[in-house]
Amino acid sequence: MTFELSDRVQTVPPSGIRRFFEIAEERDDVISLGVGEPDFATPWAARDAAITSLEQGKTSYTANRGRRDLREAIADYVADRFDLGYDPDEEIIVTAGASEAVDLAFRAFVDPGDTVAIAQPSYISYEPGVIFAGGEVLPVPTYEEDDFRLTVEGLEEAGADEADMLVLCYPNNPTGAIMPAEDLEPIAEFAREHDLTVLSDEIYAELTYDGEHTSIASFEGMRERTIVFNGFSKAHAMTGLRLGYALGPADAIAAMNKIHQYTMLSAPTTAQYAALEALDSCENDVREMVSQYDRRRQFVLSRFREIGMDVFEAKGAFYCFPEVPEGFTAEEFAEEVLREQGVAVVPGDVFGAGGDGHLRISYATGLDDLREALARIEAFVDEHA
Amino acid sequence: MSEREVLELLRENARYSTADIARMTDLEEDEVEAAIEELEATGVVCGYQAVVDWDKLEDERVRAEVELNVRLDRETGYDDISQRLARFPQVKALRLVSGDYDFDMEVEGDSIREVSQFISEKVAPVPEITQTVTHYVMTSYKENGIELGDGEDDERLSFSP
Ligand SMILES: Cc1ncc(COP(=O)(O)O)c(C=O)c1O
Repeated sequence: MTFELSDRVQTVPPSGIRRFFEIAEERDDVISLGVGEPDFATPWAARDAAITSLEQGKTSYTANRGRRDLREAIADYVADRFDLGYDPDEEIIVTAGASEAVDLAFRAFVDPGDTVAIAQPSYISYEPGVIFAGGEVLPVPTYEEDDFRLTVEGLEEAGADEADMLVLCYPNNPTGAIMPAEDLEPIAEFAREHDLTVLSDEIYAELTYDGEHTSIASFEGMRERTIVFNGFSKAHAMTGLRLGYALGPADAIAAMNKIHQYTMLSAPTTAQYAALEALDSCENDVREMVSQYDRRRQFVLSRFREIGMDVFEAKGAFYCFPEVPEGFTAEEFAEEVLREQGVAVVPGDVFGAGGDGHLRISYATGLDDLREALARIEAFVDEHA
Repeated sequence: MSEREVLELLRENARYSTADIARMTDLEEDEVEAAIEELEATGVVCGYQAVVDWDKLEDERVRAEVELNVRLDRETGYDDISQRLARFPQVKALRLVSGDYDFDMEVEGDSIREVSQFISEKVAPVPEITQTVTHYVMTSYKENGIELGDGEDDERLSFSP
């Protein structure tokens, strides 16, 4: 028998990254600039806290919303770092990665037929998430000439004034763009004016290299219409531990928790102990990783300029987003450079509107590998462009 | 400030080219060169060496950590004793430390015999030295902040979202 797949599942195309992954598997000398996760190990103190919790047999479910002490630590942390005030009892939910939190939000707030505007290029999971929830996606492209920042004109042009919801991701995966306070202000005004719910994925907030990260929820009148996502995967190098969280008004978090308590019950317990320690004592580790990323960022940007590829000045996350040289589509470039030089990069098209003609380059890789990978890209460009 | 950054990078890998350091710090190449010259001239950077995993080499290399206790008198201070010891080429590091003993000395030689002889014939007889305790290094796991042994493979998928 064959399963009759739901329309929702059938509508979502397979991931654009899949095919490249298969090509990469054929070679054993691939240097990958295609990874969206840190190359650092989780800070030792956090790992040790996880180990200790296991030794003590702390392996049962926690409260649905996550351990109370962790929620308190998260509240203190976001207050301290991003000037956000959330009540640990009612306005915070701990999830299995920010991924789960994003999915909960779509399922909790999107009705069939609702329109969700997504500022693109952006992280690849939002669009399928909306479709799985029965909603419709409205892409809002951003452009290199605006430094990939979202503008009110861009929102208007795309028709986002008619949308129900707006998804933001800054610092951005894949462009590395950030939205400083002065750029967010008009977006906040637009959201209030058109009564948009805002989902703001701020998982790269710590990885901001130019100034401080500002959350859209910190603007007047935005807290009540915004869900902020964050987590431990990126800044604390904890991807495999699967721990994230969402912040929002009590009724919204309660709705998300309603789904969470039936589908996930609670986030991984071991990871919650690691996260608590990460917030408690790993600030210096985070700072050290951020400074390493920053050096690599400058290195990679400067090498692309030397190679003669136009590259956007990424100011956040651990990606940069160069333009492919003339004569190539992003897909072609990514495939050829992988086959000929063994360098894995992701074509910008997979990240949605505005991403075509670009490559996502991750510098979550050691400097020696970055140097070699860029030398190979240079050789490829010299030969073909 | 930039000097500090350059210093950190040199400590990470002294073989980074000035061009690479310039790229990483957003300085001009000649600024990097000037910073390095300044660091060398003022003696902040006293030299450059390779970090070696001797276990990977066929040749035997014997290393020992030696604890030294000394008795000072009116004429002789720690500096006098240290000067005398530091001159020996076998001595790779010498530090005055707090705790149960006075000096912590790293010694290197081609064989256990050579190192033992050096300690018994050259170090122990120094009149101010009252006691030596020699620990031969059996395996080194980390040197100069660098973990030795096989580099762990990157197990991450080559593509991830
Ligand atoms: C923007 C963005 N949000 C969320 C995630 C997933 O995070 P988590 O590991 O917390 O599920 C990623 C991972 O690449 C991401 O880039």
